Amino acid sequence: MIAELGLAALWLAAALAGLQLIAGAVSVKQPDGPLASLARPAAVMQGVLAAFAFAMLLWLFAQTDLSVKLVAANSHSAKPMIFKLSGTWGNHEGSMLLWITVMALAGAMIGYLERRLPEVTMQATLATQAFVGLGFYAFLLLSSNPFERLPTPAAEGQGLNPLLQDIGLAFHPPTLYFGYVGLSVAFSFALGALLTRQVTPNFARAMRPWVLGAWIFLTLGITAGSYWAYYELGWGGWWFWDPVENASLMPWLAATALLHSVSVLAARDALRAWTIMLGVVAFSMSMMGTFLVRSGVLTSVHAFAVDPERGAFILVLLGIYIGGALTIFALRAGTVQEGERFTATSREGALVFNNVMLSAILAVVLVGTLYPLLTEAFGVQVSVGPPYFNPVGAIFTLPMLAVMAVGPLLRWRRDGVKRVSKPAVFLAIFAVVVGALVAYLSNASVLAVLGLAFAAALGIGSLLPLKGRNLLRTPLATWGMVTAHFGIAVALFGMASESAFSIEKLVAARPGDVTEVGPWKITLDSVDPVVGPNWTALQADLQASYKGAAAIELQPQSRTFWSPERETAESALATRWNGQLYAVMGSGIEDGRRQLRLWWKPFVPMIWLGGILVALGGLLALIGRLTADLKRHYVRRRSAERREETQA
Amino acid sequence: MSALKPKHQRLVLVVVALIALIAAGLLAAYALRNQASYFYVPTQMAANPPDPTQAVRLGGMVQAGTLKTMSDGITVAFIVGDGEAQVPVRFAGILPDLFVEGSGVVAEGKLGADGTFVADNLLAKHDENYVPRELEEMTAAQAKRTVSETAQ
Amino acid sequence: MIRRWYLWLPLVAFIGFVALVTSGLMRPMDREVVSRMVGKPVPEFALKPSIPELPGLSSADLQDGKPKLMNIWGSWCLPCIAEAPHLETLKANGAEIVGVAIRDKPEDVAGFLAQNGNPYIRIGADDLSAVQLEIGSSGVPETFVVDGNGIITYQHIGDVRAEHVPMLLEKLDEAAQ
Repeated sequence: MIAELGLAALWLAAALAGLQLIAGAVSVKQPDGPLASLARPAAVMQGVLAAFAFAMLLWLFAQTDLSVKLVAANSHSAKPMIFKLSGTWGNHEGSMLLWITVMALAGAMIGYLERRLPEVTMQATLATQAFVGLGFYAFLLLSSNPFERLPTPAAEGQGLNPLLQDIGLAFHPPTLYFGYVGLSVAFSFALGALLTRQVTPNFARAMRPWVLGAWIFLTLGITAGSYWAYYELGWGGWWFWDPVENASLMPWLAATALLHSVSVLAARDALRAWTIMLGVVAFSMSMMGTFLVRSGVLTSVHAFAVDPERGAFILVLLGIYIGGALTIFALRAGTVQEGERFTATSREGALVFNNVMLSAILAVVLVGTLYPLLTEAFGVQVSVGPPYFNPVGAIFTLPMLAVMAVGPLLRWRRDGVKRVSKPAVFLAIFAVVVGALVAYLSNASVLAVLGLAFAAALGIGSLLPLKGRNLLRTPLATWGMVTAHFGIAVALFGMASESAFSIEKLVAARPGDVTEVGPWKITLDSVDPVVGPNWTALQADLQASYKGAAAIELQPQSRTFWSPERETAESALATRWNGQLYAVMGSGIEDGRRQLRLWWKPFVPMIWLGGILVALGGLLALIGRLTADLKRHYVRRRSAERREETQA
Repeated sequence: MSALKPKHQRLVLVVVALIALIAAGLLAAYALRNQASYFYVPTQMAANPPDPTQAVRLGGMVQAGTLKTMSDGITVAFIVGDGEAQVPVRFAGILPDLFVEGSGVVAEGKLGADGTFVADNLLAKHDENYVPRELEEMTAAQAKRTVSETAQ
Repeated sequence: MIRRWYLWLPLVAFIGFVALVTSGLMRPMDREVVSRMVGKPVPEFALKPSIPELPGLSSADLQDGKPKLMNIWGSWCLPCIAEAPHLETLKANGAEIVGVAIRDKPEDVAGFLAQNGNPYIRIGADDLSAVQLEIGSSGVPETFVVDGNGIITYQHIGDVRAEHVPMLLEKLDEAAQ
């Protein structure tokens, strides 16, 4: 019954999306027509119904209703409740339902709240949103129905996969999805504005919170995903340039560029066509990310259940939406009036530079990710990894970082080079000194030296906009920018340190053996069998002492799960403020020794700390923008009331 | 630089963006020619060995009974075959989960001058339904022979 | 129009991308590797029993004059659970089904059969996928029709669904001719 309710709600939501599309599209042509008042309520209802359908699926998973195919295949009555619930979206059908639910709720929010834009633009925006939604409804209802029943209920579920019982993994995909959906809203706004020729600062202000929100989620998702790969794969690396990772990075790059160009449009009414274009690109990157991960056209170290049919479906959607949007863009962008002017040495100039560099990095990542596909078409198999991405990416990243360090000091519209030359020269000298010191004192690679030098300069430079200001009266949005830029510097510092100063030791040790890794002394005490709920493991007891301090206990394991059978190496970490000790245990050798792989990674936690700071900066900016909007709204209402009073 | 005429400004922006993107594309193409790592099966490696400086990937089946740990306790040696040719592989490090004799593996590394492939990374299959996609390229005959060798 | 030629560049780039991934998507489509063994006799093999209750499987068992379905499966494979009821239907309609358990453990096989029913008269344990590859099967589940003389007459790739049952019964009848 519950499953049928959910399915009915989903069909109704899809029907409402159809209604919303028609009502919105007709009302663009006839703003005062009979359908003009329909699109907004339809959007709200659609959100409610989709959320209801998703709640039904949650309920089925919470109850472990084994007559439903999806539950039988992905859940198990013995799972802890939290993993039963997260199992709802831990599979293809459920995650697509989550996607459409979040998207419908976002549409409902716009329909209910957004009043700044001309009504006709809103109609076009809601119609676009419904059009995108319909594609996903069709996908769900026609090819991957989450509510499908089994002819005979299963006796027990199959989803006790231990690897998916990981809290990080449970919440990583939804985080990225929120980001993708936020970008879909930005896409709808961009098309709505383009179709109704309303590319204005007001449109940018309406779109900005969605871009910011999406960008915060993407930042968090990428940071969490990187940390997960770091401790789960046990390879000691934090970024592999794997197709799945690139699929999440590309939308982030596009969203970062979009975020900055939207700011220019909102503040200065420039970069109109460019912003629209980026809105389309950012959403296409998120759809493409989903496509690459789900279709299996690219193999990856992250094994996913892939299905060419699903890939084809997503590809068709991608073709319709993005191809259509780019065609409209090509036809319409010419009619968008030129924005306000500015000189090369101005805040806009710096932001344009940042946008162009981000686009170039995006192109580098995209080309590298798709290159194996291209060569495969000619029958040659290649893989592309760090030797390509790191140096080529750096060529565009480093100039961008340099401009980032001084760009926020520039004034809008036009500025003299003289005004920022002093801090710029100071930062440059500082960077050179840091780089020279690192190069002299360590045997770091060129890229790592450059990374540390730029991180140092950017760390100082990002704080300069606060210089000489009353910190209490500085707007939150400025604080947000400073925090995010500083976060980038912190993350870069972590990445470059990890690459420059990491020490790796690979040993075969007997109990009692001592290994030195950098400042650490590590003693292998014993190797004992331990038993978990659905695994057995061998666990090494390591006593790790930092420069003679009291020992910390580390317990890396080599685990064997049954049902389904697999072995995993569970790494163990000891975190200090200045780095992490990372230990992995390997197999045993006939003579009784065990393999241990130990890393001392100075400042590696800064990578993720930086990521969190960047997201926090985004959050501060979002709060600042929203409160300012509310204030403006309130003041306007008050003055309207006063006018009425005086007239009365 | 003075403020340009609006029309010119747009054109300048477009040109700048285009130049940057084309530069990115050309750089990427140039770097990919040198940095992409090609995939070999043992037969190809025997017939046409890659340059010892070139990072490549070698895929095949780990031959049964060939996995040995060296006296230092951390270097392992094994033989990867495809039923026609065999390549000895050396790897210093912890073997990946699910690395067993008789299953597929993709080794990333360089071919040494002595004909031993020195791997700096191994990818084993990730779950029961997953075979590294390159291994599917092996002909049925190669796969068959591989199995007959690994099953002994 | 022509003055704004550069506005079309994004679309052109995107079309190039779509063309590229479409070609890539066509590639996995032929992951269904059709066995070259159809029409040929089953290779010689002898597999030990997977569970003590049922006998193992050898190529000689497939030459006893009665056509059989040879089901390649694993207790760890999800589609195999989905196809279990349809194998039961086939059995109820008089099909003799022999199983080859791929990379499996006796206790897992026993658990699977307890949960999903047992349509098999023999189950051989193929711990290294040796037989699976020998007869040209590239994945699980797959079902082969073998006539009474040990000749493979038909290969069904993927799980057996309700709509395949009559077709497989027909193939068995053809093999009996």
